[in-house]
This record gives sequence, structure tokens and C-alpha cells, in this order.
Amino acid sequence: MKDEPRIGVFVCHCGTNIGGYVDVPSVVEYARTLVGVVHAERNTYTCADDGLTAIKKAIKDHNLNRVIVASCTPRTHAPLFRSAVADAGLNPYLFELVNIREHCSWVHMKEKEAATQKAKDLIRMGVARTALLEPQEEIRISVTPSALVIGGGIAGMTAALSIANQGFKVDIVEKDSEMGGMLRYLNDLYPGGRKASLVMDEFIGKVKNHPKIEVHTSSTIKKVDGYIGNFTVSVQNEKVPLDIKTGIIVVATGADEFKPVNLYGYSGSGNVLTELELEERLKNGSLQKLDSAIFIQCVGSRGEGRSYCSRICCNVAIKNSKLLKQTFPEADINILHNGIHAYGTYEKMYREAQELGVGFRKYSKEKPPEVTVDGERMRVKLYHELMGREIEYTPDIIVLSTPLIPHPENGDLSRMLKVPLGQDGFFLEAHVKLRPVDFATDGIFLCGSARAPADIIESINQGYSAASRAAIPLMNGYVQAEAITAVVDETKCIGCGYCASICPYRAASMNEKTVVAEEVSYITRKSYINPALCKGCGTCAAGCPAGAITPNHFTLPQIMATIKAFQQPGAYIYDRIKA
Amino acid sequence: MTEFSPRIVAFCCNWCSYVGADLAGTSRLKYPDNIRIMRVMCSGQVFPSYILKALELGADGVLVAGCHIGDCHYVSGNKKAQERVETLLRVMKTLGLDPRRVRLEWISASEGMKFASTVKEFVEEIKELGPNLLGVR
Ligand code: FES
Repeated sequence: MKDEPRIGVFVCHCGTNIGGYVDVPSVVEYARTLVGVVHAERNTYTCADDGLTAIKKAIKDHNLNRVIVASCTPRTHAPLFRSAVADAGLNPYLFELVNIREHCSWVHMKEKEAATQKAKDLIRMGVARTALLEPQEEIRISVTPSALVIGGGIAGMTAALSIANQGFKVDIVEKDSEMGGMLRYLNDLYPGGRKASLVMDEFIGKVKNHPKIEVHTSSTIKKVDGYIGNFTVSVQNEKVPLDIKTGIIVVATGADEFKPVNLYGYSGSGNVLTELELEERLKNGSLQKLDSAIFIQCVGSRGEGRSYCSRICCNVAIKNSKLLKQTFPEADINILHNGIHAYGTYEKMYREAQELGVGFRKYSKEKPPEVTVDGERMRVKLYHELMGREIEYTPDIIVLSTPLIPHPENGDLSRMLKVPLGQDGFFLEAHVKLRPVDFATDGIFLCGSARAPADIIESINQGYSAASRAAIPLMNGYVQAEAITAVVDETKCIGCGYCASICPYRAASMNEKTVVAEEVSYITRKSYINPALCKGCGTCAAGCPAGAITPNHFTLPQIMATIKAFQQPGAYIYDRIKA
Repeated sequence: MTEFSPRIVAFCCNWCSYVGADLAGTSRLKYPDNIRIMRVMCSGQVFPSYILKALELGADGVLVAGCHIGDCHYVSGNKKAQERVETLLRVMKTLGLDPRRVRLEWISASEGMKFASTVKEFVEEIKELGPNLLGVR
């Protein structure tokens, strides 16, 4: 290290919060004896104006180049002290807070001696660490003021419109020849029964006429480079490949309906239908007469292989059963289910269906319904648990409620975007509760059924929320990267790729490097950690087999010095054994 | 003979366990004074060598504390910490070190009680084990 440490230690009484339980004057005396400390003082409240002034003054008077405040938890006042230190011309990372309140005085309120000793130890450890602290720079990354939305379904269109309405350019990349996604196949929407085509046309109209939105249909993503603020996305369309520069990316690729081939007599033709196929018949009016219909729920979901609940199928079946009952009041319509999930306000729709005369019959997982198809004639056998016997139906149509399933292309897209898929194959958000539309990778957001089966309302909600999250960096025009990041020493890196394989932010990547050593030159792999993406957790560093990665501000020497200081004075150990 | 008073070093992650320890303080929970906390950003940041170094220098126990699985601020750092500590415990056995001197605990920001009770328990256990003789040269 270039400069000799000149550390100032400020011990806070915090009124009586610390001063009442720790002998502060003796702690200050002790601090003065520590190597590297050139100044120590105590303050009634270091965080008050006079405390902060004292720090700034001491930095000038004693030419301090490191500062320690021993007071409360860094979570409260570290930013305040950092900025005071910065005001006095020091790099704010040459500051350390030692917690002698929450971790000391407040938990040892009746043992002044022990608390005082502990405060001394903690300060000694803090001094050892602080002597080795180095300045850190906070970097700002500029953000290209535009967005790219993958998927032109309802979620993607909502997100695109919302971002564009905030004044940013948006590119929508849609793999099909037209936008609309799942809406294109739907008949009436629940609740309320509006025609899906009307909703879709309204959205598509708005998107197409928006001066800030450009739509690329029949286009797929081929490559994604860059990071938040500065992505370059290569898009392949029928005609020409195109490179789009964008600040953020929204994934709104939706999902597919599961086609239950070989289940319950489904073959893709005939009168065993999926919900979407039923919607199509209702939409084009090809269903002219109906005496009896059977719905079977949870076909291909909530079981082995595909264990999740697709959430929306109960509501869809209820919606469609109501519609059938309203169109054909005499028809016998039954929903065979293994527990109806009409969550939230949809309970009302469920009641209405019951009142209309739709039958809800429970089957058990162990004895699911049996379907036999013999030409035009179809039979459904249901073992009724309560009656303890079988019931037989001879419906005109059988509707299978199958789950939404992830697109097969999700895997490729997730690799290009460097974002994860969950175990069911849907895209995985950063945190299931707290960050539902973010990815762990900055600058990429998620909405709609790409994440998990969602109905129209939920897709619109999520589209808005992804847009508002995405607008933060766009509005700011920059992102502040973490100052505390990890760095690779290329001379030590052995190119194993461990860091790149475990980094949840994909900040570490392996690059080919040509190494020239005297006469020979050869190509090898070296890790690079992008400071714009690194969050500074240090997990890669702790696992690097070559010790090539340093987590800044928590370096190996800094921590080792602290550990050593923990055990000094060494005499302590002997005393203890001798006693 | 004065009673053996263990010295324990703890690595607490910035986002959960350190805050859990703060909460123990704010709630004025009393726990033994044997522990000295070092803040790290994530339990995944704890090099196995830190733990060994602390033991080599005579720490009687080392506590590594992080967010509960699934709650790590950095997604999965605590899973890595778990793998590493488990491996380290096996290595310690082969080296003839008592793995009970090293503890990995998940303590959330709201578990001030758990922090205090973990320290209490750990101190009791280490008292039974006696001093770490590695520290004596
Ligand atoms: S941040 Fe707490 S364990 Fe990773």
C-alpha cells in the first residue's frame, strides 16, 4: 500500500446508549495505543452536527487518511458518515463503522467490564481492517433510452404501450406473423364476457399507431449482447437480420396450451377438445346444437411430470360452461374436477355457473374419469366418491382443461438472455414474493404467461408493472453500479470457468486471450467480471480455486488482518491456559 | 481455576444475519459476550480459509450466519456457503479438528431471538468442548 495509514477513531457515547454501559474514555485510551491510529476522541453523538464537524476537523488537523466511527449499526448512519468523510476530501470507502451499540452495549447492559472489553476488541479488529481499506469508485453506466419487448401478446403490448407512453422508443419482436398472442384464439373473456377480438383489435390498433413503437413480426431473437443500459439484440426476420440497440428488455413470450394427445380420447380431431379448441368453435359459431357436454379438469397438470396448477383453467372452464348453458339451456353440462380453484372474485362466477345448472362433480386422483370414444359415440365414466358408485355420461363434446405450458424455445432464449428458467420450464423471476417482474440480471424484466400461467387481467397487470420497473433506468438515463465489486487477476486465473458458472448475475464471463510468453504465444481462457453487472457478493471469490478473484472492500488481506486482530493480544490465550 | 470463556468469531451476512444481530440489540436481548461479529456481504463470501485461519489462531468457535435458503440477497450465495462449509467440516475431521467448532446458521433479519439463542447454545457447546488448543504455541 502506498500511504501509511493515519487512522482517526471516533467513539460515540450515543447519549447513554453506549456511554451508560461501556467505559468510553478507556476505550478511547485503548484505541490510541493501536498501530495506525493517530487520533482518537469521543463524542456525545458522533452523528450530530458537532460530531460530524469534529470528524472533518480531525481529518484536516491530523491529516487522517482513514476514519473509524465506533457507534451504532452501519445500516443506520454509514451513509451519513461516508458523506462527511467525503466532504473532507477522503474517498468515502476509506471509512469503517464499528458497531458497539446493537452488537455490544445493548446486549451486555449489566456487564460493563465485558462490554468495554468487547468494544475494545471490535475496534482493534476494525483498525486492522481499516488500515488496509482502499478507495473505491462508484461507476455510472449510461442507458440507451429505448426498450425491446419480446412477444406481442397482451402482456407485451401492455408493457410496450406503457413504456412508449412515457416517451421512450420501443421495439416489439413477435415471432408470429401477427400480434395478439393467445388472444387470437379466445372467444369471450372473463369476467364480464367481452369479445377477445375487440380487446385485441383495440390494443393492436394502439400499438400500430403509436409513433414510438416499431413492430417486427415474423421475427426471432438470434443473439443478445451487452448489459443493462447497453444491450444489442440481433433479430432475424424473413427478409433481413437487424441489430437493435436497447437499454432494457422485457420478456413477454407467453405460453402454449398443452395438447393432450392420447389422454381421454384426445386425438386433435373429433369431439374431444381442448379449451382453446372449444373457444374456436364458439367463436366461429360451428357449435350448432348440444345435448350434453363434459369438462374434465387438470388434464396433464397437478400430477406426475407436470406438477404445477395452471391456475386459469378452472375459471376458463367455468366461463365456457356458463356460456354453453346460456346458449343451450336444455343441455346437460358437467365439470369433472379434482377441486375447483376459483380464487378471489371468481368465486362469484363459480356460483353463477352452479345457479345456471352446471354440474360440478368431483373425481379423485386415484380414480380419474374414463373416456371411451367409438366413432361418434363417446362415453365418460366417473366414479362418484360420495355416492360410492359409477356414473356414466354420453356427451356430444368432451372438453379437456389442459395447462399452459412453457414454449419449447424458452431454453434458447434463456441462454441468450442469460436468465434462468424454473423447474417447470417457465422463466424464473428474481424473487417470488419481492421482485415478481424482475430478473436477477439487471435490465431484463418479465411479464405474462412466460413467467407462469396468467389470465388476461393478470397479464395486463404484469405488463404495467414490468413497464414501470423498466422505466426507472430509462427515466434516470443512467444506472449506478455497485462500487464494491469483484475483480479478476488474469495472471492467476486458470480459466476453469467456475465463477462464470455460479454467478447469478452473469457478471463473470470467460473470454479467449492470447498470452505471449517470450517466444511462444498461445490462446487461453480468462475470466472477466463486468463491474456494471457485479453486485459484489464475493461468492465467486470465495470459491475460486486459483485465488484469482478479489472481492473489493472485503479482500483476503483485509479479512485475514481482522481475524488476526480478533485473537490479539496473544497473551490472552496463555493466560487462559495457565489459569 | 477461572472458568473457560470461549472466544468465538462470527461471519454475518450484511442483509440478514447482521441485521438479525442488530435486532437482538434493539430488542435488548442479552447473550453471552464471547462473540465478535465480522460483517461480510454474503455468507457466500466466506472463504473456507477464513474459518481455518480463525481456528489456527485459536478461536474456540466460528459461526457463519446467512439468510435462509431462498432468501439470499444474492440469490444463491448461501447455497454455496453451505456446500463449502459442509466440505470444510469433512476436511476438518480428517485433519483431526472437531467439526463442532464450526457452525452454519440461517438467521433472518427478523430473527433477533434466534441470533441470541444461537450464540447462547454455541457458547455452551464450545464450553463443553474446552479451549481450542491450536491457538497455543
Ligand atoms: S446475503 Fe445473506 S446469505 Fe447471501
